[in-house]
Amino acid sequence: MTVFNARSAWTIYKQELLRAFRTAMQSILAPVLTTTLYFVVFGAAIGSQMSGGVGGVNYGAFIVPGLLLLTILGESVSNASFGIYMPRFTGAIYELLSAPVGVAETLVGFVGAAATKSLILAAIILVTATFFVDYSIAHPFYAFLFILLISASFSLFGFILGIWADSFEKLTIVPLLILTPLTFLGGTFYSIQTLPEPWQSAAMANPVVYLVNGLRWTFYGTSDVAIGLSLGLTLLFLALCVGGITWIFRTGWRLRT
Amino acid sequence: MQPILEIRGLQKTYANGFTALKGVDLTIRKGEIFALLGPNGAGKTTLIGAVCGLVRPTGGSIAAFGEDMRRHWRRLRARVGLVPQELATDMFEPVLRSVTHSRGLFGLPPAPALIEEILRALSLWDKRNEQIRTLSGGMKRRVLIAKALAHEPELLFLDEPTAGVDVELRRDMWKQIAALRERGTTVILTTHYIEEAEEMADRVGIIRKGEILMVDDKAAMMDRLGRTEALITLAQPLADLPEAIAAYPLSLSEDGRVLCYRGGGGEGGGAGTSEVAEVTKALTRAGIDYTAIDIHESSLEDIFVNLLEGPEAPAAGDRGEAL
Repeated sequence: MTVFNARSAWTIYKQELLRAFRTAMQSILAPVLTTTLYFVVFGAAIGSQMSGGVGGVNYGAFIVPGLLLLTILGESVSNASFGIYMPRFTGAIYELLSAPVGVAETLVGFVGAAATKSLILAAIILVTATFFVDYSIAHPFYAFLFILLISASFSLFGFILGIWADSFEKLTIVPLLILTPLTFLGGTFYSIQTLPEPWQSAAMANPVVYLVNGLRWTFYGTSDVAIGLSLGLTLLFLALCVGGITWIFRTGWRLRT
Repeated sequence: MQPILEIRGLQKTYANGFTALKGVDLTIRKGEIFALLGPNGAGKTTLIGAVCGLVRPTGGSIAAFGEDMRRHWRRLRARVGLVPQELATDMFEPVLRSVTHSRGLFGLPPAPALIEEILRALSLWDKRNEQIRTLSGGMKRRVLIAKALAHEPELLFLDEPTAGVDVELRRDMWKQIAALRERGTTVILTTHYIEEAEEMADRVGIIRKGEILMVDDKAAMMDRLGRTEALITLAQPLADLPEAIAAYPLSLSEDGRVLCYRGGGGEGGGAGTSEVAEVTKALTRAGIDYTAIDIHESSLEDIFVNLLEGPEAPAAGDRGEAL
């Protein structure tokens, strides 16, 4: 019997968003402050030394998509991973496991809420950015699509991380030791074409490069990689995460003993 | 009448190789309060978890409301409620929102009047806007009960509902559970407090090391296994048991001052007390004077302890000879 219980999904979704607003200082103000600091340091202080900008785009404006990605990627992962790890850690997950709720409701609820938070953050950051730099969005529809896909897929990834982790250390080590380096080395603040070989080729193995450049293309119409490739890889990552979560629910891995 | 829950050959071996359930058979009748009694680590929580979807059984079957739990988990789980042993919930949530959330999670439309009734019945209504973390331990447990009742389950599991709760609150909890039965809810509770099973349950199941040792009506169990114990304090110490009373199940304390009677089990009650009367007459006839008689019927606790120490543990002291 496979039915989707919209009310259950909505309940989880609402609960998760309420939880975010309960901790609004941490989940909304902190990323905004961090982003502002990046604008001040990179955009204003360093950017003013770079008269030519990058590929014809003013440096302050050039880093907007990268900063956006940095924030929504990190926040999606941390929101979704904490969202599911905390009830596992405290034991409160018993309620979810004993409820007539399947994988679809759980995903729509937890991941939907995490992605929604990321979208709200993205909007706040874009508004914040207007106070520091002039930027424009060449392809607003694709920009929205990219932000949505990145929020959703990294929320899914965070959800898997939150189920896999059996300690707070593991929960924070993946974002810290894997995601952050990949993001910083992925051309968030620079064009990878400015890198010398072999670093430029090596950078192409970094999946974040495709995300940043996809997003940057939607802003300025220029990119280090083909937009189709960016979109394709993002969708592939999304599909892998959905597959992983479906497997987790089917086997009960780390959820049911 | 169709049983509300039917468990057949339920097995659970954990990934680390520990076998928590060794083929448990259990039938629960609609409308009863069933107490699953057993020491820590007996498999009580695992058994509940297997029914509620927290534990994946490695063998056997579970049918609830006449349907296979594994196949129809979605619609069956909607009719089952669980109050866990640990006080685990989002402690930063206010009471009312947390309980309302529980109902929504089970896919039911909001029912503010029902939630209010549940909270009032559990004396939580005045605390409805307070964060759960600010409540006392007993109140927190009531919140978990309210959460489990929010979707109006027909079958409710209470895992150690009174663990770590003081005497007054425990009595209070018993009242709440009795009220649930009045409303037609079938209740399965686990406990290692014998008093609780004795006070609450219609039927009692005794579980040890993943096996059900005995399931019976509480009254029948006490009848069948009940015993009379009498301590007769003698005026003068005796060196040995006199010939005149040797036929009775008596033993003499080390200092020879107290005669201890243990017997009267088996069919019906009263056999023990009348036998004690015979013993006293025999003592009088033999000219043995006594100054006091202390007589009592064994409780479920004695039965329980005897069963648990029974076939496996070596008979320890005077407990052992009672079986």
